[in-house]
Amino acid sequence: MPAIITFLQNAIRQGICILFGANGEILTEKSGNLNLGVPGMMYMGGIAGLAAAFMYERGTQTPNPSVGFLLALIAALVAGGLGGLVYSVLTISLRANQNVSGLALTTFGVGLGNFFGGSLSKLAGGVGQISTAATASAFRLTLPVLRDIPVVGDVLFSYGLLTYIAIAVSVVMSWYLNRTRQGLCLRAVGENPATADAAGINVSLYKYLATVIGGAICGLGGLYFVMEYSGGTWTNNGFGDRGWLAVALVIFARWRPLNAVWGSLLFGALYILYLYIPGLGRSTQEIFKMLPYVVTIIVLILTSLRKKKEDQPPESLGQHYFREER
Amino acid sequence: MKAENAIELRNISKRFGKVVANDHINLSVRSGEILAILGENGSGKTTLMNMISGIYYPDEGQIFVHGEEVTIRSPKDAFPLGIGMIHQHFKLVDVLTAAENIVLGLSGPTRLDITAVATRISKLAAKYGFDIDPFKKIYEMSVSEKQTVEIVKMLYRGANILILDEPTAVLTPQETDALFAVLRNMRDAGKAIIIITHKLNEVLALSDRVAVLRRGKYVGAVQTADATVESLTEMMVGSKVTLDIDRPDPVDPQVRLVMKDVTCVDPEGVITLNHASFTAYGGEILGIAGVAGSGQKELLESIAGLTPKESGEIEYYPPNSETMDITGLSAVEISRLGIKLSFVPEDRLGMGLVGAMDMTDNMMIRSYRKGGFFWADRRAPKTLAEHIIGTLEIVTPGVSTPVGKLSGGNVQKVLVGREIASAPTVLMVAYPVRGLDINSAYTIYSLLNVQKMRGVAVLCVGEDLDVLLALCDRILVLCGGRVTGVVDARTATKEQIGLMMTQSGKGGER
Repeated sequence: MPAIITFLQNAIRQGICILFGANGEILTEKSGNLNLGVPGMMYMGGIAGLAAAFMYERGTQTPNPSVGFLLALIAALVAGGLGGLVYSVLTISLRANQNVSGLALTTFGVGLGNFFGGSLSKLAGGVGQISTAATASAFRLTLPVLRDIPVVGDVLFSYGLLTYIAIAVSVVMSWYLNRTRQGLCLRAVGENPATADAAGINVSLYKYLATVIGGAICGLGGLYFVMEYSGGTWTNNGFGDRGWLAVALVIFARWRPLNAVWGSLLFGALYILYLYIPGLGRSTQEIFKMLPYVVTIIVLILTSLRKKKEDQPPESLGQHYFREER
Repeated sequence: MKAENAIELRNISKRFGKVVANDHINLSVRSGEILAILGENGSGKTTLMNMISGIYYPDEGQIFVHGEEVTIRSPKDAFPLGIGMIHQHFKLVDVLTAAENIVLGLSGPTRLDITAVATRISKLAAKYGFDIDPFKKIYEMSVSEKQTVEIVKMLYRGANILILDEPTAVLTPQETDALFAVLRNMRDAGKAIIIITHKLNEVLALSDRVAVLRRGKYVGAVQTADATVESLTEMMVGSKVTLDIDRPDPVDPQVRLVMKDVTCVDPEGVITLNHASFTAYGGEILGIAGVAGSGQKELLESIAGLTPKESGEIEYYPPNSETMDITGLSAVEISRLGIKLSFVPEDRLGMGLVGAMDMTDNMMIRSYRKGGFFWADRRAPKTLAEHIIGTLEIVTPGVSTPVGKLSGGNVQKVLVGREIASAPTVLMVAYPVRGLDINSAYTIYSLLNVQKMRGVAVLCVGEDLDVLLALCDRILVLCGGRVTGVVDARTATKEQIGLMMTQSGKGGER
């Protein structure tokens, strides 16, 4: 029994980082922008949050965890949003190719994260010496009473605030996309920008906002990994393939934020499954790590076979819009 | 109340580069009136209406709405003025429902109450006699249902000036009748309606007044009650323009290609070619006339093996050889027989040439199969490219310049030149002079004449009736996918062909 509880806890811990990335990317893709810079924006958010907390704690005698928390949160949001902004300027204003811009952003973000990660380590006095104990403790703070309920508390309430923010983001996004006027406009922009334009919707504005906010949400994924998952430290290339898993989760969730919630749990579980299978060597582990991608491919095949319009990506995904082009 | 002008245009002009699409046009429409704007393809009807709805901005002239001068820079400016345009290509989002599409972009409370929207839509539908399901997704709808959504969308936004661009082009006769009934209801409710069309019978059946455009110029307006098919056709096609195109007599015409009862259906289930039959002779130019989308493309492509045929057959009579049935052959096999298609689409580069590649590579697209096992032969296509540049006087820095960088006329010469170079026995060209200046056009005409004198059966789809009458030996007229007749180009008149194109006349069958 305890083994199952730990497994669920670990699966959720793996899943939340991916869920942030997927939420950000769903919002972005709903505007028709295929931003493959998710891993990059995660690194940017992660390193910015870490740097903010580190600098704060270094400069203060008795750092206040709440202040560190807020600073790191804002830094991660801004850094992720900046990543989205760079992508937006390139693809919306300058009409650069979306795939190339996104991949470039990933390369850039990962490099940026590792570079400043190295710098921070140097400041801290060596690799692995970065410590933002106060801030990390705030991120790992759990709900006092609920946490103590046996089993239920372990499975549902043993996580920090960011975990619940991730799920809240999914719920709010789902409501926004399906129940509000603006959400309808955003979907129209991603499906058919020419039609949205003719209906008097500011296509560029929607694309910019969705992509920048999407980037900020991805940045939170990085922050979650650095603070809650790793406990406020940095390892170069430590994120592994979580960024790409987030992109895969978008497809798996068929562009629906609520699907992404349970999808992230599944992905998280599949991602750590190899630890629970006895007798795996270093090489055979990798086959199990492949599982999330395999499920994604299966989902892709199934949705292609069913040909249901609602399960397809936004129609103009990956194309830029220019009114006078015909 | 005095009948006021809902819209008045004064001296409106619009140019695209050197082409004048609208030349000082004056036009007005009153509230409670249906105005038909009639004209051939390329006469500037749609351009003019796009300026009222904010898609284009006029180079010159003034627009008055209800007597006040307005500036319409984008569709967003047109909505508050009560102007709504229904385009030929519907502006609807497929995965959304009718109600969602109708309410799209409107301001209001953050939370969208779709049930309230649907109720209002149903009320509008009841008022004007529409049949619409607000919760149906667009992709599940027929063309006429989509059109209904478009019209309701405009009414929902409070439009009182409605512009419809060729609304009946995609409708069945029953759907057309239903649309007309709705339009009359809207007129009676005091709305101003402009309908762009080239179908004379519909103009006569529906409109109160007709304005005619020809080649970007305003010809005049008449009360529909005073108009007849003949008078409108004359206004539409104008008097004959004499073009000095050389037309040698056909040499020894022989049956080369026979199409028997061919029907084509597009993926959406629309019949694009309806039991078409004709014979093409070697040594003559057969012109193909018709308003855009009457089946010209399908006619050529079904011969070339590019469009699947529902029924019917095509026979090929090669010179000095046995007759053969080419109905079921693949495009490659047909091309190998010497039946060549040179289609110049609206965007010129879309079909046939790759803009980013140079001339040599574009020649290779046709000849790559002739290369060795693995290595492509670049020398022969390069020689061919140089030969075409020389003979057709193509202006280009060299064979290695990307084709997309050449001017339109030169691109077309490359396209036609490549097909001619393969020594075809049947040469099909569509819109070979589209967008070309006079000199380039004449070069293309003489190229076609050279092929004709070689005994090639030339099929030429054209837009300009004057050119077809001056260049071709016979003209086949299409209307709505049907062959409405084949006439002798030396004796036929523009009015005669114009009537056949609009299905209200009879042509001499040959």
